[in-house]
Amino acid sequence: MISRLAKPYSNPYLAGVGLGLVLLAAFVVMGRGLGASGAFASSAAGVVSSVAPSHARANPYFARYLGGGGPWLDWLLIEIVGVAIGGFLSALVAGRLRVDIERGPRFSNRARLTTAFVAGGVMGLGAVLARGCTSGQALTGGALLSVGSWLFIVGAFAAAYAVAPLVRRAWI
Amino acid sequence: MTAPYFELGYFGERGALVAALVIGIAFGWCLESAGMGSARKLSAQFYLTDLTVFKVMFSAIVTAMLGLFWLGRLGVLDLSRVYVPETYILPQLVGGLIFGMGFALGGLCPGTSCVAAVTGRLDGAAVVLGMWSGVLATGLFFPSLQTFYEATPRGAFTLPQVFHLSHGVAVLIVVLVAISGFRGAEWIEGRFATHSKLSAPRNALRETPVAEGVGA
Repeated sequence: MISRLAKPYSNPYLAGVGLGLVLLAAFVVMGRGLGASGAFASSAAGVVSSVAPSHARANPYFARYLGGGGPWLDWLLIEIVGVAIGGFLSALVAGRLRVDIERGPRFSNRARLTTAFVAGGVMGLGAVLARGCTSGQALTGGALLSVGSWLFIVGAFAAAYAVAPLVRRAWI
Repeated sequence: MTAPYFELGYFGERGALVAALVIGIAFGWCLESAGMGSARKLSAQFYLTDLTVFKVMFSAIVTAMLGLFWLGRLGVLDLSRVYVPETYILPQLVGGLIFGMGFALGGLCPGTSCVAAVTGRLDGAAVVLGMWSGVLATGLFFPSLQTFYEATPRGAFTLPQVFHLSHGVAVLIVVLVAISGFRGAEWIEGRFATHSKLSAPRNALRETPVAEGVGA
């Protein structure tokens, strides 16, 4: 059993301080913070642009990703490639790589995969409206004391705690 | 030598992409090693049995916030050149509410879903695909959402401005709130975590290594 050899996760406060230092490094080096949903937006813009270039240019949401080095060299997209590499390496070193479907004991694999896809779609809508997600708004804007980011944090956690009892079957 | 280095022209676009990759690797490493690539661990946040998400997020926010404040105060970092995400009151509040519903159902957020997917969690890959489709669909319908998207703009608007506080006092208040939050989180875990371990149906095959890391 590979999972028996898996190292325990690090202390959450130490991990948080480490994450905060990474975020601070982004501010110092780049003058901007971290993000995740922006990478989804720029890659979506890239696909729309290659399928229907004029449509992408006419769409104000996608058009903003088409300037500069183009959607595939977007800063956040490259950063997310890094996130994937870093996450993989950390799991590899700690023995936590494992093909699995994480779900509650009373939930089927198919139900989990379906709800995971739907939940991703819902978060996609929310992240577009909020101009970012837990990385770009909560962490980055939170540290910068941005009002909109703190509204996002309060809204996201309030809704998550309100909805959690309704989707309890998926997890508990 | 003051920062931010990219903003002040110490390196160009190519260097910025190298920085993106390096910073991303460190970001992903931190998320995975804290257990944030596990949907079961993240979702436990919302049933009060494991408040790792809260602890990691708020210690990260506090660390970066204090770093920004002190580097600015010491003249190492020019805070006026750090990009503050612009505030749009209504769309960000509504976007947060919608996002939170997806977060509770999916157990992962956009960044952590990428970590979950690359470490073998197929449900993480499903969240990534859903997220991507959701952003694509919202983008395609963007023209009809644009009025709401641009409603209630406030520009770069910060908590010190709202409450008429100095940067330092606002930072101090957030630190104090975070410390009481951490104490509250430990108390809640002490109360609910043992309870859930006794009552939750156990399935030895599906037992994740999550529980081993929860201690402390």
